[in-house]
Parts: sequence; structure tokens; C-alpha cells
Amino acid sequence: MKEALQAIESEALASIQKAESSQELQEMKVKYLGKKGSLTSVLRGMGKLSKEERPVIGELANNVRESITEALETKTEKLEREALNEQLENETIDVTLPGNPVHVGGRHLLTNIMEEIEDLFIGMGYEVKEGPEVETDYYNFEALNLPKNHPARDMQDTFFITNELLLRTQTSPVQARTMQSYQGERPIKMICPGKVYRRDTDDATHSHQFRQIEGLVVDKNITLSDLKGTLDVFAKKMFGKDREIRLRPSFFPFTEPSVEMDVSCKVCDGEGCSVCKQTGWIEILGGGMVHPRVLEMSGYDPSIYSGFAFGMGQERIAMLKYGVNDIRHFYTNDVRFLSQYHQA
Amino acid sequence: MLVSYNWLRNYVNLDKITPEELAEKITRSGIEVEGIEYLAPKTENIVVGYVKSCEKHPDADKLNLCQVDVGEEALQIICGAPNVGQGQKVAVAKPGAKLPNGMKIKKVKLRGIESNGMICSLQELGLDEKYIPADVAEGIFVFPEDAEVGTPVQELLNLDDAILDLDVLANRPDALSMLGVAYEVAALLDQPIHLPDESLTVDQSIEAKDYIEVKIDSIENNPYYGAFIVRDVEIKPAPLWMRNYLMASGIRPINNVVDITNFVLLEYGQPLHAFDYDQFGSKQVLIRQANENETLVTLDDQERQLNEKNLVITNGEVPVALAGVMGGANSEVTDETTNILLEAAYFESASVRHTVKQTGLRSESSTRFEKGVDPNRVKRAGVRACMLLQKYANAKVASGVVEVDELDKSEKSVVITKAKVNQRLGMELDEKDIISVLTRLQFEFTQNGEEMIVEVPTRRRDISIFEDILEEVIRIHGYEHLPYTIPQGWVQAGGLTDIQRLQREIKNYLSSAGLMETLTYSLTNQKDAKRFLTPDIEKEPAYSVGLAMPMSEEHSHLRLSLIPEMLRVLQHNIARTQTDLAYYEIGKVFVSREESVTKQPIENLHVAGALTGLWHNHPWQQEKKSVDFYVAKGIVEGLFAHLELDVTFVQTRMEDMHPGRCAEIKLNGNGIGYVGQVHPLAAKDFDVKETYVFEINLEAIFSAHQQIPSFTDIPRYPSVTRDIAFILDNDVPAGNVQTVIKEIGAPLVKDVSIFDVYQGEHMEDGKKSVAYRLLYQDPSHTLKDDEVDASYHEIIEKVNSQFGSYVRS
Ligand SMILES: [Zn+2]
Repeated sequence: MKEALQAIESEALASIQKAESSQELQEMKVKYLGKKGSLTSVLRGMGKLSKEERPVIGELANNVRESITEALETKTEKLEREALNEQLENETIDVTLPGNPVHVGGRHLLTNIMEEIEDLFIGMGYEVKEGPEVETDYYNFEALNLPKNHPARDMQDTFFITNELLLRTQTSPVQARTMQSYQGERPIKMICPGKVYRRDTDDATHSHQFRQIEGLVVDKNITLSDLKGTLDVFAKKMFGKDREIRLRPSFFPFTEPSVEMDVSCKVCDGEGCSVCKQTGWIEILGGGMVHPRVLEMSGYDPSIYSGFAFGMGQERIAMLKYGVNDIRHFYTNDVRFLSQYHQA
Repeated sequence: MLVSYNWLRNYVNLDKITPEELAEKITRSGIEVEGIEYLAPKTENIVVGYVKSCEKHPDADKLNLCQVDVGEEALQIICGAPNVGQGQKVAVAKPGAKLPNGMKIKKVKLRGIESNGMICSLQELGLDEKYIPADVAEGIFVFPEDAEVGTPVQELLNLDDAILDLDVLANRPDALSMLGVAYEVAALLDQPIHLPDESLTVDQSIEAKDYIEVKIDSIENNPYYGAFIVRDVEIKPAPLWMRNYLMASGIRPINNVVDITNFVLLEYGQPLHAFDYDQFGSKQVLIRQANENETLVTLDDQERQLNEKNLVITNGEVPVALAGVMGGANSEVTDETTNILLEAAYFESASVRHTVKQTGLRSESSTRFEKGVDPNRVKRAGVRACMLLQKYANAKVASGVVEVDELDKSEKSVVITKAKVNQRLGMELDEKDIISVLTRLQFEFTQNGEEMIVEVPTRRRDISIFEDILEEVIRIHGYEHLPYTIPQGWVQAGGLTDIQRLQREIKNYLSSAGLMETLTYSLTNQKDAKRFLTPDIEKEPAYSVGLAMPMSEEHSHLRLSLIPEMLRVLQHNIARTQTDLAYYEIGKVFVSREESVTKQPIENLHVAGALTGLWHNHPWQQEKKSVDFYVAKGIVEGLFAHLELDVTFVQTRMEDMHPGRCAEIKLNGNGIGYVGQVHPLAAKDFDVKETYVFEINLEAIFSAHQQIPSFTDIPRYPSVTRDIAFILDNDVPAGNVQTVIKEIGAPLVKDVSIFDVYQGEHMEDGKKSVAYRLLYQDPSHTLKDDEVDASYHEIIEKVNSQFGSYVRS
């Protein structure tokens, strides 16, 4: 009997090896392991065996069944994998063809610049203030130490609506409004971004509408060094940590002393090139210590409080940072321009 | 202000500093030098020559054959200039010289005769045509007799001069004079200053008061007027050095009298005016406001209409000058002039500015009066001019000056302390640092304990308070010494307001939804300013705000809608073959409720979108979808879903919008915007094709939006859906039925969506089938069939009775 079982095993294993389809394997399973299969029929003769032989043969028979079953499973798996592989091969596509286009939108470059500057100052504890674009003469000029007939009023060409109403030429009226709303009773740390308007003919460097962002800090003991340090943080964050700043005296009616801030030229690293007109420096913004008359008019006692203010054109910052060569690009909204920067 | 480096050397020692270095120093300390220009390129071998003889060229009528002594040799030169003549001192370019225009001088033969050089005009020497005096503009330049033969011309004509172009801002009128610049430069270089010669010897036999009297009727506009009398002037060219400096400063020399007044104007910053005394018409100067309809013919031969806001100089009868702006033609100095009335006066800036604005006449004089002159230099400038007239016009200066003087010439004193200076600067300066700055600026001061009392010279009109001195201290000491600090002490949590955050959120959403942000102009044309109004604006009379003096018609009125300028953006792109476009913008619109504006308009923040062309395009898969109403509406719906706000869309009609394809957007029953197709005729106005737009008033959203949504438990019990298809009349809006279903089904019906709309075959004429899917849910238990059934039947019944519909079987 032992021989018979061994013969069944080797025959079965050999034919399983040769099988080429799951159909064949199914037939073999019946042939060898089925109720009428060869293994069963051999085992029917078990009764004739001695008490000692029975467990030995019984174990052998089990082993043979397991070995055939395993061989069947292995072979089945192999055949299925081959069939799947073939199917997948047939499903091959051309991966170089373009995918489904996704409609991509984006933010305007100036929005990105504005938010970048806002976030930088928010991180230093500034609040963001806004105000009307149609302003009164009082807030746009008088409250900023520019009384009627002040010679410096000629510096800004203004779009007037009536004698008293105008399109604001700067975002500084927001500073005056904020100071007045706080009634001289608390310190201030704010920035005010927004649109401003000037009577300029639109060309590569001028726009009758543009955007500014200004900052104002008022507290006891605010110093000119505080302005320098703050602007240095700003410049390094916006233009790179290797940038240096320098201050030059300037003139604005609402600050005294007034300064102009230059940043060392990134293109030539201060050596002098066409971008910086060979000076190694690029003019970025203006600022200064808030004029005592401005503090006073807005309800802050200049003998107790001092402050600094600064302001810049957002377009200029964007042009310098991204190398944009014509301010009109920001307002013509050519899709080929906008899509260059929507994730900047 | 054009500053001649060579002229400046007369007052400050510049031996150790080049023009470039000087420019950098001036710029760094507060007055921007916008450029440096050399009068002419460096030349060699051009010297003064003496024309020993001059005859006609034997073979050419228009050429002259000259023998010219140039020092070590004599050159035979053929010259074509008509004004060349024997005995002249002229500029000779010797062989080997190179002219500024690049021309090289060689020995040549002209009509058979050798010519060994060239006699030059000022143009040929490199001077700008417009500054060359009229008397030498034609032909060669002739030097005064005292010019030394062989001297290089470059020096003699000041052609090696460097001109610094200073951008003088309103706060530094002192820098509109050579002396003012000299004081500044002396302070920067820590050098002494050499003041000009004002030593005048008057003719004691003549007294000015015998010739003229002065009366001022308008003292508030003219607090000082000084009249000098100068007799027997000899009108001729001014000395060469003076003409050189004037040309370097951009002023064309005329004659000695005019040149001297211009020279002193530049030197002192004090405008002067010379009248021809014999043409003056009287012995009285009366300064008054002009009468209405009075006229004056000014030096430029223009007749000026005057009014009582113009300050005029008169001879007691008629105007002879527009005070501080321009003289009259009737008393102009000419070649025949022998006696001069010289005016040195102080005119208030507001008065001069008014006249300048009215007449458009801006001169070197008016610019200085407008910005303010030094009260202590007015009379001194007159003295200096008289001294120069005496010297260079052989004139006799009458003794005395006839003047009316109510001018405040006092100096301001400003008190500073070291402690306060350091407190504001945030640094530790020593007292000697501060004293050094004051000394270099030549500000006098006295010390009183901690306090320093600074006497500010009247030339520095910009300085009147502590902060002004503070600026002087730090700019002369140097901003580079200032430390870097950050404000200490008070702290606040910075950040955006809820509304600012919401704006960023809306931009995020619209960008992700496939729209590109634009930024357009707030100013548009009058017609477009009032188109495409949102319903909240439209419901009351609305007016656009117009500029008093627009620069162009395209940008004359503030917009009430973002759409017109956005359509213009589409047009710009379409014209550049970009056809598939989807844009959005957030910006303000300006609504006036008054027909003629007297107060600030309402400024509302709006969001708008404009879409045209293909929304989706996948060419090789043949998938294409054009933008349509539902694309635009879907974006708007998504926006409100994102903001968790419920809005409804109501069919509406708007001017400029497609009558059948426009919905009003309502929030809490109020119209806050619209979405729809631009009317084809309006689209044609903007030169765009089929275009869909939306515009929403964000202010309404800001007030309705809840910043922190309250938490709702995630449903624990399963939901049940039921579908109903209603057959509706075509004109019943499917959305209205949807709203009614929601109302009836509340609170069990959580959501109603439309999943099928059918019209056409197998459908009764004028009818449509709309299928709704209802979502039932209860937070407290699993819904039973009979609960849902009861609601479902109630809905069917009520909808059918309200809309005359029936359920599709
Ligand atoms: Zn550079």
C-alpha cells in the first residue's frame, strides 16, 4: 500500500506540473483527491491492514494528500498570476498623452506681495487697518501737516472731486484716522495697505492708480533706531538675508526727521550695475519719526509719545523682487503675465 | 538746481574731493544729486590765438586766410566764419587736437592753400547751443582782449567744469543758491566758508532818495522793498568768468546788467530786478494789488490780464512788473539803458505762488520766492549787485537805499538737550558730537546747564523745532552710526480682522475654483461707471462720482461696478488670441446717493467674476465644454457653500444682461448680487463674445457670515432618501419648487437636490419633468417608514396644489 500511495503522489505531482489551465487542475483535483479519486480508492483498503501498520499508512496518506493539495494551490496561483499579467499587458496605454486639464486660477502678483508684507508685520504684532479711498482734504493733507497752500502739496498731484473731497494720494490718512480713533490713549502698531491715486500719465514707471503699504508705531520712547531696526528686518525678509540697508535724510511733511531707505542691490551685490544705476543701492521706501504736529493734531501728546512711520509702493517692491519691467503689466491683466506669478 | 563745481570752489576748498565724491556726500546727507555732467569732454591742443592778419582766400569768396599767433608758433589757418577779423583773440584747435564732436584736426589744403588748424565756435568747443549768448551764437567765439595767447581754452572757458544736478525738495530752499550749497558743503567737509565781496564804494555825490520813493500798499505780501539807483551804466558783455558760470548753471548770458542780476540770484538765492530808470515813467515805486482788468505786457511780450490777487510793481500809475515773477516790457533794460533802478525785495510765497499758478509763468525768480528766500540776504544781494555793476559796468552807485522795511529778520532759537537727542535717536552721542555738528553748520548756540539754545540762521527756514535740529544732528553725524533696534515694551497680538481674513478666504476659494485674480482701475468712463449695478445699489437712485479735472475721459468717474473694467481685461486678452478666460476681482465700488457730490460716497467691497470661451477642453479626448450660465452659477454657489451661507437665485431682468439668463442673488431676502450672461449688445460694446459674469456685494456677506460656525454633532442615525419627479409647467422655476419642498419638509428633510430635468419627447407641450431627491434624517432616532411616508405625501400634495403640478408615474 505504501508503494501505491507513493506512486499516486509522484504521478499527481508530475501531471500538476504539466497542467496549463485551471480547468485541468480542477480535473486533477477530482481525479486524485475526489470521492472517487485514486487516493480514496487506495485508502479503502486500510481495513485490511494490521493494527501497527494503520497509523503509519494513515500518516503517509495524509502527507500525500497535503502534498498534492499544496501543489494544486501553488499551480493555481501561478496560472492566475499569469493570466492577470497577460490581461494587464493588454491594458497598456500611452502615458505620454496629456492628462485631463485642470482649470488653474490664481492670485494677482500684487496680492501675493501685499499678503507677504502684511504677514511679516503681523508676525511683529502689527494690526492691519484700512480706510476710504475717497478722502477729505483734511485727512489726506491737513491732518498730516500739509495745510492748504503748503508748498509741499505741489509734490503730489491730486485728483480732486470737490474742494474738500479727493482720491487719496497716499494711505497715510488711515494713520491719521487710526490715531484719532484711539484718542491719544494707547500705543499703536499698525500697517495700512491700499489703493492710492495720483495725476500721473501711465507709463512704464508711473500709474495713476497704484498701491501703497504704510506702517505706524506710536508709543512712549519710540526711537529712530527702532525704525532702522524694523526696516532692516523687513528688507532682509523681502529681499534676502544678505541684504543691507542704509538711511538717507529726506523730506516728508508728516515726519521729522525724514529718511529714505535704500537696500543693497541684489543683482550686483552692491558693486554697481544697470539696475541700481551703478550706485550699488536701490531706493525702496520713505519714512521717519512722526512729526510732533501730526501727533498733536491726532490727540497724542508729543512730549509723552513719539512714533515712526514708513511707506512704500507695492508695485515697486514687486517690480524689484520679481524683475517686472513695466508697472502697466499689473493693470492690463494679460493672462500670460498673471499666470507667471500666481503661485509666487 | 544746477551747481557748478568750479563756481563752488570760490566759497569752499574742494581740492581734496572730486565732483563724484562730492555728489555722493551731498546725496547721502539729504539733497539728492540726480546727475553729474561735464560741460565738455576733455580736449588738448586748443588754445587762445591772436589773429595777426586776415585776408580773403584768393580762390574762395567765403573763406579767409588767417595768420594766427598761438604762442610758440604762428599758424596759417583758413577760416569760413564771417565774423573772423584781424586783431581778435580766438580759440584755435591746433593740428592733433580732437574736438568734442569727435572731429580730428589735421593739416589740410583748402582750394590749394594749406590750413594748419581750425578757429572754433563755442558749439564746436562742446557747449550746449541753448546757453550760448546771442551775440556769439553765429560764427567763432572772440575772447576779451586780456586773454593770454597760448592759454588752453578749456580752462579759460570753464569747459572742464562738472555740473551737479541737485533735486532740492520743498524743505531746503536754501540749497537753491550757491551760498546755501556752500554752507551745506562746508558743513559736510568740515571746512570754512569764504563769503563773496560786498564792499561797495558809493558815489557820495548822488543820493538815491533824490531819484525815487517807495510806497507799499500791500505790506502783507511785500514786507520789504529796497530800491537802489545805479547811474551811467555801460551796457556790454559781462566778464568771461561770469558768463561761464551762468552758462554752466543753465542760464544764457545777455549783457552785463542782466547777467549780474542773474548771477546774484544764483549766488544769494535772492531774485533782483533791474528797471530802466529813464523808462520807468515816474519817481515813485508803488507796490499794490492789481486792479481788476488791469493788463501788463511782460518781458516775453505777452499781454497778461491781471486781477486783485496779483501783486504788481507800479510807477504809481501803471504796472511795470508782476512782483517776483516777471518784469514788464515797458521798463526793460536795453542796449540804450544808462540809468538803473535796482529792486531787491521780499515777496511772500503764497502771493507769488498764486500769480504763477494763474499765469503759468515760472521763472528762476518765482521759484525762489515761492519756496521762500532768506530775509537777511535781500538787501545784501542788492549791495552785491551794485558792487558788481560798479566794477563790470563802470557804473556810479548812488548812496543810500530807498526802502520800506517791515520784514521779520529775527533768528529762531531752539532748545535741545543731549538727553532728549539721545532718547529720540536711540543712541549715546556725546555732547561734543552735537557741538561739532552745530559748529560745522555754523549755527550759533549758548549753553545753559543741560540745555543748549541754538540760534538758527534765517537761511535755514526749514528749522524751527527740536525735531529739525535732531535731523541736522543725525544727518551730519551720519545715519550709519544709528543702531538697529526693535520697539520694546508694549505688545499686542497683531493680525487680520475677521473681514480681512474672509477676503483672503474668498480669494483662496475663487483661485482654487479656476479663476485668475485681476486688478483693474477704479476710474472708468462716465457711461460705464453706471452699468452692471448690483440690486442693492440699483434700488435707490445711485450716482457715480466724477473727478473735477480728469486726465482723460477713460478715467473720469469712479466705478459702481467691477464688471466694465473686467470686460475690458477680457477684451485685451482676446485681442491677443487668448480666448478661454476666467477672471475674478475684489475691489471697491463707490456709490453716491447725491446727484452732485458733497460728501464721501459709500465705499462697498465687491467681488466679481467674468468668464468666456471654453471652461473645459481636452482635445484628444474630444471633450469640450464652453462656459455657460451654470458654470458661473456653480462657482457662485460653491462660494456661498464655502462660506456656509444660504442664498437663493431668482430670475431677473437687468439692463445690459441677457433677459432670459440672469439671476438675482438673494441673502436673507435682500438682493446682494447677480449672475448671468452679458447681453450680446453690451458684449459688443466691449468687443467680447459670449460672456458670463457675476458680482456680489461683499459687505452683505461680511455682516451675515458667522466667523466661528457652531458645532453640529455628526449624525448617529442613518438617513433615508426619497425621489419625486414633478411634471411642472415650463415657466415654473425648478428652484422655487425646491425651496417649497424644503419648507414643507422641515425639519426632517435635511437636503433637497435636483437630479434630473426633462423636456421634449413623450412630454406634454409646455411641460417639463423635474426630479428631486429628498434626504430625510433625524438626529434623535432612526426614521421609521411611516414618518417618512407621511412627510413625503404631504409634500406631494402641497406642491401639486401650489404649482398645479402632478407626479410623474
Ligand atoms: Zn546693482
